[in-house]
Amino acid sequence: MRADLAIIADWIRPGSSILDMGCGDGTLLKYLRDNSEVNGIGLEIDAQKIEHCVLDRISVIQADLNDGLEQYFSDSSFDYVVMGQTLQAMDRADILVEEMLRVGKQGIITFPNMAYWKGRLQLGILGLMPVTKSLPNHWFDTPNIHLCTLRDFEALCKQKSINILERTVVDHTHSKSTLLMRLFPNLFGEIAIYRFCRNGVQISG
Amino acid sequence: MPDTLPPDSVGIVESKSMHFDKPLQLECGKTLPEYDIAYETYGELNDSGSNAILICHALSGDQHAAGYHSMEDRKPGWWESSIGPGKPIDTRRFFVVSMNNLGGCKGSSGPNTKRPGTDKYWGPDFPIVTVKDWVNSQQRLMQVLGIEHWLAIIGGSLGGMQVMQWSIDYPDAIRHAIVIAASPKLTAQNIAFNEVARQAIMSDPDFNHGHYLEKNTIPRRGLMLARMLGHITYLSDDSMREKFGRELREGKLNFGFDVEFQVESYLRYQGHTFVERFDANTYLLMTKTLDYFDPARDHGDDLATALSSATANFMVISFTSDWRFSPQRSREIVKALIKAKKQVSYVEVEAQHGHDAFLMPIPHYMNVFHNYMQNVSGEIE
Repeated sequence: MRADLAIIADWIRPGSSILDMGCGDGTLLKYLRDNSEVNGIGLEIDAQKIEHCVLDRISVIQADLNDGLEQYFSDSSFDYVVMGQTLQAMDRADILVEEMLRVGKQGIITFPNMAYWKGRLQLGILGLMPVTKSLPNHWFDTPNIHLCTLRDFEALCKQKSINILERTVVDHTHSKSTLLMRLFPNLFGEIAIYRFCRNGVQISG
Repeated sequence: MPDTLPPDSVGIVESKSMHFDKPLQLECGKTLPEYDIAYETYGELNDSGSNAILICHALSGDQHAAGYHSMEDRKPGWWESSIGPGKPIDTRRFFVVSMNNLGGCKGSSGPNTKRPGTDKYWGPDFPIVTVKDWVNSQQRLMQVLGIEHWLAIIGGSLGGMQVMQWSIDYPDAIRHAIVIAASPKLTAQNIAFNEVARQAIMSDPDFNHGHYLEKNTIPRRGLMLARMLGHITYLSDDSMREKFGRELREGKLNFGFDVEFQVESYLRYQGHTFVERFDANTYLLMTKTLDYFDPARDHGDDLATALSSATANFMVISFTSDWRFSPQRSREIVKALIKAKKQVSYVEVEAQHGHDAFLMPIPHYMNVFHNYMQNVSGEIE
């Protein structure tokens, strides 16, 4: 399993309920179901990945995240709403973050950090749009239309009265953080992982 | 007519019939004193009785869901694409039961059968049956067949509504509910189409207030119009454009009211053949059954509450170009199931065939269906 998924899995309380937005072939949901009795539903748009989920007995809903969650989910339906490496490709990332906290008590998000030093070098020194291992696409074919940095994301959270509960950064292989990454996450972190909730929401465990 | 039967067909099948003496109380308040249910079965019921699947048919369907009645049959059963060896509903593993619903016209008690103890047809006096009544009658046949629970109940369109009703009324009798191209209730537009169809039939001079069998007439024109209208709503704008375009039968305009465009010819053909195989009173009755379906009605119009008793795992499937029962209607079902904390998966198949897509072997649809049913077969004891 991808290391960022392993970190997310660690953050999720056994026996809880989760919604995985952009669940792919259902790896995280399957792991959580088999290892910590987590009851989950996935949202996915890709036909083949859906077929894979169905074969793995994952509850999956074929939907476009850009259409929002309103047509499927009432308020406070889940303990956690997870979105892994998908936020940056959404039409309205800000609305989706709000939606995550409408249908779930907590949100967990991972995204590529646009302020990673290699990207800064490419743009700042060479004057080129960054192409890195965590952002492998060129400017003309990238699905990533709303890239942000750690500071950007945290500013959005502040503006929306969202309380950040936990943050970690990893490299593109998603392995453990180095000391530099911990000291200067916005410079050395390639992928950011956040756990957050509404201000004032009581979180147990 | 096939010279040899395809290897993935259930082959030659026959319709059977079961008589019930015990009166059936109907939702409308009336009682059916006795009745018959026509049905077909495919595959073998295993010793533990754990491999039974019920298929529920749609408006114009019947018990003949798969296979051929004889080598002279021009067409197989209506869901040949999904039932048979190696198909999603694999008859090598499952015992499949398919019934003709009460009020139908293919052997079960209905307007075109004789009223018990008389020599007269039921005609328009056959009581209006609801989806709930159908489910109750199906449950009785289930008992007679020695089936304790259905491993899955599967249906498209009006068939999907029966699946939902089963999951609500007999939660312990159904493990998997597969609801395809269905709706939690009809929209005003749906009811409007049904009403036009009914008016077409009832305004035919040969209808004779529904007593046409006694008068030796058939409201052909009315039933044909009803079917033509229905057919338009089962197809999509895109599929009609692709199938017919504006193609002319004779390659030129004739400036008259005879059939000129291919689509006119197609619709007339569909209408004509339908009249040969279907009963007008049954059509009236089934459209009413559709109009009345609304399981949320008795639960403060909250579908989630209505579904709260269900224990089945649900698979809901819709088709993008279906405007008769659009994906939006299926999403309402899904939302209610999630709210009621039921296990559910939902697939919205990209298809241009309109409502009829549920009968077509569309690859993504078939793959999902196949994968799901493979897991279901893993639960056979």
